[in-house]
Amino acid sequence: MRTTPLWDEYYELLPREELEKIQLSRLKKVLIRAYHNLPYYRNKLEERKINPYDINSLSCLSHLPFTTKEDLRQAYPFGAIAEPLRNVVRVHSSSGTTGTATVVGYTKKDIESWSELAARALSSYGVDEEDIIQVSFGYGLFTGGLGIHYGAENLGATVVPASAGNTLRQIQIMKDLQITVLACTPSYALYLAEVARENNINWKESSLRIGVFGAEPWSEEMREDIEKRLPIRAFDIYGLSEVIGPGVAFECETKEGLHISEDHFLPEIIDPQTGRTLPPGEEGELVFTTLTKEGTPVIRYRTGDISSLNYETCACGRTLVRMKRVFSRTDDMLIIRGVNVYPSQIESVILSFEGVEPYYQIVLTRENFLDQIEVQVEVAPQFFSDQIKVLEGLKKQIEEKLKTELNLSCEVKLLEPKSITRSEGKSKRIIDLRKKEEIS
Amino acid sequence: MKQISVFLENRPGSLYEVLYKLKEEGINLRALSLADTAEFGVLRFIAENPEEIVEKLKKENFAATLTEVLAVGIEDRPGGLAEVVGILTHQNISIEYLYAFVSPQGERAYVVLRVEKLAEAEKILRENHIPILDKLTI
Repeated sequence: MRTTPLWDEYYELLPREELEKIQLSRLKKVLIRAYHNLPYYRNKLEERKINPYDINSLSCLSHLPFTTKEDLRQAYPFGAIAEPLRNVVRVHSSSGTTGTATVVGYTKKDIESWSELAARALSSYGVDEEDIIQVSFGYGLFTGGLGIHYGAENLGATVVPASAGNTLRQIQIMKDLQITVLACTPSYALYLAEVARENNINWKESSLRIGVFGAEPWSEEMREDIEKRLPIRAFDIYGLSEVIGPGVAFECETKEGLHISEDHFLPEIIDPQTGRTLPPGEEGELVFTTLTKEGTPVIRYRTGDISSLNYETCACGRTLVRMKRVFSRTDDMLIIRGVNVYPSQIESVILSFEGVEPYYQIVLTRENFLDQIEVQVEVAPQFFSDQIKVLEGLKKQIEEKLKTELNLSCEVKLLEPKSITRSEGKSKRIIDLRKKEEIS
Repeated sequence: MKQISVFLENRPGSLYEVLYKLKEEGINLRALSLADTAEFGVLRFIAENPEEIVEKLKKENFAATLTEVLAVGIEDRPGGLAEVVGILTHQNISIEYLYAFVSPQGERAYVVLRVEKLAEAEKILRENHIPILDKLTI
């Protein structure tokens, strides 16, 4: 059953046999481009003595080397860009400063494809040219804001680029401009609903009807909660900047997994330990090969997201494979208010301060539906001062540096020396208390 | 005079842990103040053999440090403290913090001062005949 229009009927309903032909021809092209234009990937191919011109079936894919986030980091700033910079019209970057950041480049054609993909997603949720969409994802290096923005414009909807923050103003805009579609992180939607409730906003008068949520994992319970608090149908959108941004995969009305736009991205599920490709239905790490990207093509990029693939044709009629919604990861990456954070980034900030010991603990909580991050560090005995202002200054300096590094406000808590448990090997550095509080 | 400062986390029991340790060591506190912020506290006190105490506290994983402070005696009457602070103010000497207490026997009160320019402050106070103590034996 499908009540919303298909944005791209040809590709969304393409029989698998035909789709695979297109995928193979695109895969061959992208591999050859990667071989000639991406030195880091060419080295990988040569090490394994793989000739990209030998690839003649999709099943060859499993023999190709992976691309990891580390590869992209090492290629910083432009080593992962396969085009001359004059052909690149935009870059996005994942959080982190030099050394930990990844830069992704987009050609004009990439921006067009991305706009198409985001429009496909929005269309499947029922968004059309009559809609007024408030994009409350952050605009900037993060792909969330601009990705949805271009998709919605491409679709012909009216875009209100509200970006993130200033919640009272967001609510005012929502009311005054008769917003029908809200796009943001699911936790921000809940926070917004809470602030609206405190300010006695009556949603009955609002035109709101659709929610486009992504950039962080969210449960079915959270979906129910959002739909209870806001007069909307809430849909999941998936994407990551290394692959393109939001619009890699999207839910349809059946809400049974997210359709991957397979004409642009070739998905696989692998065993994160062995790297072996897993059969359909099995859970493992999601891996993508971009089939059309010009700026930053990636071959078998390991997302770190845990999912599974379902190739059965969906009740909506789409033949595009469905990935299970992502709830966990293979690595220690944290998603805080939609921002990707690695504990190692926090560690490097802490190590740069002499006033604190190189031990830390990260405590994540959810207060009023918004993620809170507290970084606990021990005061170094040799640094300890009897002056409050020195200690407060230290705390503030660490907070400021974390903010610069992570693009996220953290609370720093100073602890007594040796109060964080020392242990051999992996210590429990992250205490995530968010999940328990999700449904309150 | 040397003051001992100890960092205190903002949680129940953190003050007691320090005080218990001091009790175990048989240390008698001569003067004490507790500063707090929303995030943490700092316990400051005067006792005999401060160097030894700091070493003992550090061994027990407390963040402790020694700070040079001025202990002055003032007359226990209205305006006594104002006089001392006035002298420092005229010389443009900033006070970081101070704490005061009265002696149970005499007519004296005592003030422990942490100032920016310690030597200068000491000199000017002496010139104004304010008694500077090198030991708190009350």
